[in-house]
This record gives sequence, C-alpha cells and structure tokens, in this order.
Amino acid sequence: MTLESLNLLPALPEVFLLCAVSAILLLDLFISDRNRAYTYLLSLLTLAACAGITLGTASDRVEFAFNGLFVDDPLSDLLKVWVYIGVAGVMVYSHVYGRSRQLFRGEFFTLALFSTLGMMVMISANHLLTLYLGLELMSLSLYSMVALQRESPRSTEAAMKYFVLGALASGMLLYGMSMLYGATGTLAIPDMAQRIASGEVRGTILVFGLVFVVAGLGFKLGAVPFHMWVPDVYHGAPTAVTLLIGSAPKLATTGFIFRILAEALGSPSLVAEWQDMLVILSVLSMVVGNVAAIVQTNLKRMLAYSTISHMGFFLLGILPGSAEGYGAAVFYAIVYVLMTLASFGMILLLSREGFEAENIDDFRGLNRRSRWYAFLMLLVMFSLAGIPVLLGFWAKLAVLQVAFEAGYTGVVVAAVLLSVVGAFYYLRVVRVMYFDDPVDTAPIVNAGDQRALIAVNALALLVLGMAPGWLLAVCQQAVKASL
Amino acid sequence: MLFGLPLLSLVIWLPIVAGIVVMATGSDRNAGAARWLALIGALLGFLVTLPLFAQFDPSAHGFQFQERSSWIPAFNIDYHLGIDGISLLLIVLNAFTTVLVVLAGWRVIESRVSQYMAAFLVLGGVMNGVFCALDAALFYVFFEATLIPMFIIIGVWGGSNRVYAAMKFFLYTLMGSLLTLVALIYLYNVSGSFSLPAWYELEIGLAPQILVFLAFMIAFAVKVPMWPVHTWLPDAHVEAPTGGSVVLAAIMLKLGGYGFLRLSLPIVPDASHALAGLVITLSLIAVVYIGLVALVQNDMKKLIAYSSISHMGFVTLGIFLFDELGMQGAVLQMVSHGFVSGALFLCVGVLYERMHSRQIADYGGVVNSMPVFAAFFMLFAMANAGLPGTSGFVGEFLVILGAMNVNFWYAFLAALTLILSAAYMLWMYKRVIFGPIASQHVAALKEISAREALILALLAAAVLGMGIWPQPLGAVLDNSVADLLSLAARTKLP
Repeated sequence: MTLESLNLLPALPEVFLLCAVSAILLLDLFISDRNRAYTYLLSLLTLAACAGITLGTASDRVEFAFNGLFVDDPLSDLLKVWVYIGVAGVMVYSHVYGRSRQLFRGEFFTLALFSTLGMMVMISANHLLTLYLGLELMSLSLYSMVALQRESPRSTEAAMKYFVLGALASGMLLYGMSMLYGATGTLAIPDMAQRIASGEVRGTILVFGLVFVVAGLGFKLGAVPFHMWVPDVYHGAPTAVTLLIGSAPKLATTGFIFRILAEALGSPSLVAEWQDMLVILSVLSMVVGNVAAIVQTNLKRMLAYSTISHMGFFLLGILPGSAEGYGAAVFYAIVYVLMTLASFGMILLLSREGFEAENIDDFRGLNRRSRWYAFLMLLVMFSLAGIPVLLGFWAKLAVLQVAFEAGYTGVVVAAVLLSVVGAFYYLRVVRVMYFDDPVDTAPIVNAGDQRALIAVNALALLVLGMAPGWLLAVCQQAVKASL
Repeated sequence: MLFGLPLLSLVIWLPIVAGIVVMATGSDRNAGAARWLALIGALLGFLVTLPLFAQFDPSAHGFQFQERSSWIPAFNIDYHLGIDGISLLLIVLNAFTTVLVVLAGWRVIESRVSQYMAAFLVLGGVMNGVFCALDAALFYVFFEATLIPMFIIIGVWGGSNRVYAAMKFFLYTLMGSLLTLVALIYLYNVSGSFSLPAWYELEIGLAPQILVFLAFMIAFAVKVPMWPVHTWLPDAHVEAPTGGSVVLAAIMLKLGGYGFLRLSLPIVPDASHALAGLVITLSLIAVVYIGLVALVQNDMKKLIAYSSISHMGFVTLGIFLFDELGMQGAVLQMVSHGFVSGALFLCVGVLYERMHSRQIADYGGVVNSMPVFAAFFMLFAMANAGLPGTSGFVGEFLVILGAMNVNFWYAFLAALTLILSAAYMLWMYKRVIFGPIASQHVAALKEISAREALILALLAAAVLGMGIWPQPLGAVLDNSVADLLSLAARTKLP
C-alpha cells in the first residue's frame, strides 16, 4: 500500500457529485413545492462545480485511483465536461415543461444527477466491474425517470420495456465479461489487454465473449438489430426524460466503447473480429434508421429512428480501430449530443400545459408563429441532415474519412447514399415549418433561460460549423493522449 | 488588393452579412426597410466586384487575388481563395444578377419580405464562394450550402406545386453531390490535403481517375443539368418565384459547368479525355432532343427551362472539345446564358404578375397594350435564338467553330440549335405577343413600370454590349483558358 494508491484526486468530481446529490436529496425534503426552483438551481450549481473541478484538475497525464479501478485521462475529462453540459441543458430545457406535468420534483433532479454520476463512472472505469457498476447506476436512474409520471400508461409501458430490454442487455454484457474473465483471468482493463497481447489466451472463448459484449453495446447504443426499444422509449417517455436518455448517455457509451473495444480488446487480431460485427451493425442501423424514419408522423419517433441511423454513422468512426477513428467518433458523439439537445429542446419549448408539440404537424407554419424558433429549428434539422456548413456535416465528414482511409469504401458509399434518404425526413420538418400555414396559433411562452439556451445551442451548430477545427483537434488530442 | 483589403472575402461575406442584417429587420411591418437594405447590400456586393475587374491582370497566369489561411488543421483544410478569368466573369455576373433580383422582387413579394431578400443575398454570397474557392472542402461547403436558401425560396414563395418541386430540387442535387464528397475524401487520402492546386499536380492511375471523374460528373451533370438528369429543372423553374428562376438559370446552373472546369478537367485529365465522348454525346442529345422538347411546351416558363437545358448543352460540349475556341465559347455561353435566360424569366414574370398565367394559350396580342415590353422581349428572344449582334451568338458561334475543328458532325448537330431555338422562341413570341387580342385581361394589361423597364434595360445593355464587343471578355479569358487546357492536356498517370 503506497500513498499513490490512496490518491483520490482523480475521482474528485465523482466524490463531490455524490456528496452534493446526497445533500440535495436531503435538502429537497424540506423544500415546499412552491420553492422547488431551489432544487433546480442547486442541481445546476452542482454541475457547474463539477465542471470546474474536472477542468481544474485536468492534465495530459493518465492517473489512476482505487488501486487501478478508476482512471482519469484527457478523454475522460473531455467526455465528462460534455456530459455536464448535456445534463445541465436537459434541466434548463425541461423545467417549464416539468412544472405542468408533475416532473418538477426533487426526484427528477436527484435521479438525473445520479445517472450523471453513473455516466462519469462509466467514462472513467479502468476495470470491467467499475464499468458495469457505472452502467447500472446510470441505467437504473434512467429507468425510474421514464416511469416518473405514474399516471401515464404510456410512460409506464415505456419504462417496463426499457427496463426489461435494458436488463437483458446488461445480462448479455455480464455474460460476455465473464467469458473475457474466463479467457484472460482478469477484469482489469490494462491487464486484460496485456494478457491478450502476450498471445497465451484461448481465442475461441475470447471471441465468444466479444460477441456478447458487442451485442450488449449494440443494445445500449440502439444499433440495429438491437434497436427495438429506442422508438418506443423515446416516444413513451416524457419528453424531458427522452431528452436526457438521448443525449448525455451517448457520451458515456462512447467512453464505454473506448474502454472496452479500444483499450481492453484493442489488439490487432481482436480488432479484426469486432470490425466485422460493427460493419453489420453500422450498415443495418443506417438502413433501418433512415428508412423507418421516413414514415413517422410523430417527431419523437422520427428522432428516435434518426438516432439509430446516427449511431450507425458513429460506429463508422469506431470501425478502423485507430486513434484517429476514435477521435472522429468522439467528435461525432459530442456533435450528436448538441443536435439532440436542440431538437428535443425545441419540442419542449413548443409544448405547453396540456399540449405536447410532438407531432411533425405541430410544427406546421412555425415560421409564421415565430420566425426565430423556425430559423433555429431549420439550423438543427440541416445539421442533423449533414448539410454544410453546419456542424453535423463535419462530424459526418470526420467519420466517413476515417472509414474510407481504413478501406471501407463500400460502407462509405452506402452511408453517403443513405444520408440522402435521411435528408428527406429532416427536410420534411423544415417543409412544414416554412411552407405550410399554422394550425396551432397559441402564443409560444417560455422562460428566459430556455430561450437563451436554445439560441446558443442552435447557433453553436452554425458557428462551430464555420470553425470546427478546434473541437475536432481537442477530440483527437484527448484520444491520442489517453490511448 | 485595393487598400490592402481582402477583396475576395469581401465579395463572399459582404452579401451574406447584408442578408443577416436584412433578416434582422423582422416582420413585414418593416418591409420597406428590408427592401432598401437589401438593395444597398446588393449594390455594395456588386461594387466590390468592380475593383476585381479593374485590377485583374489578363496577362498573368495562374490564380490572382489569392488569400490563404489555415481553417481546419485536423484535415489540412485551408481557407484558400483565388480567381482566374473564368471565375471573375461568373462572380461579376452573379453580383449583377443579385441586384436585379432584389429589384425584381420589390413589389411582387409582399409576404415575408425580409426573409426573401435575405435568402437571395446569402445565396449570392455563397455562390461567389464557390467561384472563389481553391480548396476542395471549401468548394464543397459552398456548393452544398447553396441548396438551403434555394430550397426555402422555391418552397415559400413558389407556385402551387412548390413543395414537390423544392423537395425534388434538394434531394436530386444532394444525391449528386454526396458522391462527389466520397471522391474528395479519396483525393484527400491520396494527397493529404484538400488544396486544388496541389491536386492539379497529383499523379493518379486511370481506374481511380475514371471513378473520380464519374463521381464529379454526377454532381455537376445534375447541376448543369445534362440529359438525362435534367428532370428536376423544369419542375423547379415552373414553381419557383421569378427571382428564384432567374438566379437558378443565370447562376446556379453555372456551378455545374464551373465544377467541370475547376475540378474535373485539371484533376483527372486522363479520365476526362477518355470519357469526353460520353459527355459530348449527352450534350448533343441535350442540344437537339431537349430543343425539340422545348418546341412543344404550352407553359412559357417550362419552355424557357427546356431551352436552358439545351443551351447548357453547349457549355458542356464546348468544355469537352478540349479546343481553345470551344472552351472560350463555353465560358462566354455561360455568361451570355446568365443574361439571356435571366431576362427571359423576368419577362415571363412581368406577364405572370399581371395575368397569373404562364400558359401560352392565354395570351395573344400583348403588343397592343405593352409595346415597350414587347420590344424588350423581342430582343431577349432573339438573343436566346443566337442572333448575331447579341450575346447569345458569341458563345454558340465559338463552340460551333471549336466543334468544327474536332469533328464535322459535332458541329453539324450543334448548329441545329440555331434552327431549333429560333423556331421555339419565335413561335412562342408570335403566339404571346402578336395575333388578335386573346381576352379582356390581355387588353387591360398595363405597360411595364419604370422599375421593370430599368431592370430589362440593364440586361438589354449587357446582352447587346457583349454581342457587339465581346473582346474585353475574351481578353480576360485568354490566359485562363490556355492554362486550363494545358493542365487538361497533361497526363497524370503514374
């Protein structure tokens, strides 16, 4: 036992967050419904403080804590900061929406923060057990948040579906991990990589375990053919919770994939094994996601299928198994989170008491009702479609480029053609906003912080699209420094 | 550089910033302000192109007014601008057209004026970006970004079937250009940068060259548009508002021709030579067959749209003859077509505003109530038919001469257009302008206003000026065309 191994500094953000959430949980008991805004503000403050700690302790070194169970590297810092941004965005977007739907409660905020903690643990895990613990902490918080509206049968059904399928996925993942343990005799990620590299490991068991791990990852990402839960959960959950499920956890999953595929199972012989599986997942996701999205009339369902297709694109970045590729994938995930926040944020903004603006038709004639919101939504949709000069285009270019470089020409051509299909349904939203007359003429009422956030969020897609260089460079450097 | 200003950046960004300012005027209560701001923006945008013309050195080789700074280091993408004579002419044409379009929409557009004007200003700036870009990623960004404003223009201010036309326009062109993206990624992986001048020096084997050429060709052929991927154009033209049609015909189609010149020929010269026969065949089909299609149209806008396709066939034909006269002719034809087709669409717009019909059958005897308009329309119809003394003659004549140098039958087929276009233009003109007065509505038509007369007079001056004295334009082009031909004449096979 050395002093080095007692060092908890790398885990300071997690430790702080845990203490803060516990305090908020207790304090909230004494706050009346009228003053619930304090919980909201405290939660935002906590996230801001976490961001401060993470950025303050960030360094280019890779540090370990808890006897190597936990790792703090540049990539984890980067992903965590974006997780804070994502979760804080969810809270700001949803507080007005939540007030009229019994969601503006202490539970919403504490559960969101606990899921944040889970994501952070996933991102920083250096051991399969830690990874699994983080995953479950995040997932269990999210399951209960979907069910937070107890009276709504639709959310209850979605919660059941999410829970059962999520448990199945966790089971698969655990089974796969146990195989990996059986083959290598360790659950620690660096040791596992070392033993695999030494060549003394039984290949069959390893590959067997790998298949289950990839299937579990596929579930968590929502990649086809493990995507069934995505549309139902996105549609059934209260939009505020959908926003949370659709945004920050994708970053945690990115971290998860990086730890397990790049760090633990990144030896060249194994890379070739999982590449074949990911190609199938990626292409199927792009096909099913884009084609199924066309026929949706519900915007939340459409965005769910669009998520599936985006995950297909994201996997293109993982495919090459190179640092550049992971960098592109991380960039893609961050851009995707920004776009999801803005798109679901807009649904939340247009919803009001007793009315959910979740059908595409609810956006009819938005340009006549509010030119500003219509313009922002136009930016978001064209960014999702990957039209230059918006940020979504650079994310696509980054992953397409690395996949092309790795020799997946056919996959790249397919991806490009499918994004034409994708453009169709994003255009449809723009079409109803600009070309049609409004059916809903109620005034749009929002809080100031929401209005400011949606403007910053959507304009960021444009501004960062004009100068995407630094974000891309940050992602590439973080991955290079962490591998 | 004038006073050390980055002129090309100004040419691109000034209209875009003006567009944002116009958009900020908001609702239609401030429509007047939006109109005047848009006009000021468009005029300034035109004024900053004039020093380019004045300072352009026609005796120099290579790109001028270059600006270069690093943009996205991760991909080695530079913000690299520069122009040669070909881009110069198209930039000036574009800035000029933007002014006309703002004027043309002055009274016609009454709803969401600020958005309308802003869309055209932004579109103008973005298209200047395409003509200035010397970095392939920058080129692609501008090339694609043009779709967004045009989609909105067609969809919001268009005719009854506008949604269909806007979607078709967007998806058709997106489909074409995304394959180009794959080709660009390939070239990046081979060369390590997106710099066009660097790509001009790159050695590539024949098989990849052919694939790259085809990928480029799909994008540019859709844009030009070439037969058989032209079907989006008649729909888009018919449904678009007058201003949209003008910009589409005058500038946007040129992006395709320009793409062939800037990307296809110099980057993959061997493939360009190998597949020149294909492009020439498609061009001749466009010239002859689409000319015949134009003959039977009942809708004036459709007729002009088909005539556009047929005339753009001359452009692609001239480019792929690899002959100095042919290529000069192709570029001059692009410029002339910009003036003439823009003017014709404006003329149809003038009639449509008054009658709300584009059907030829609804008209007849318009000359009795609108003699001045009839005179302008006559001039532009003749220019479209390629009458000597108008701009239409210069480009077509040079292309036919170039074709004659290469193959008699190319020239023969291309020359058929002189008969065909005269036939469809004059026949349409006769049915609309002359003959007995078709209805009370026609009898009650009001002569064009001073604003409309000004727009048409400016275009008439351009058409006649270019037709009578094309020498200055030719001088600007001489070295650029020669440079391009020498780049295209090399073999890049390893």
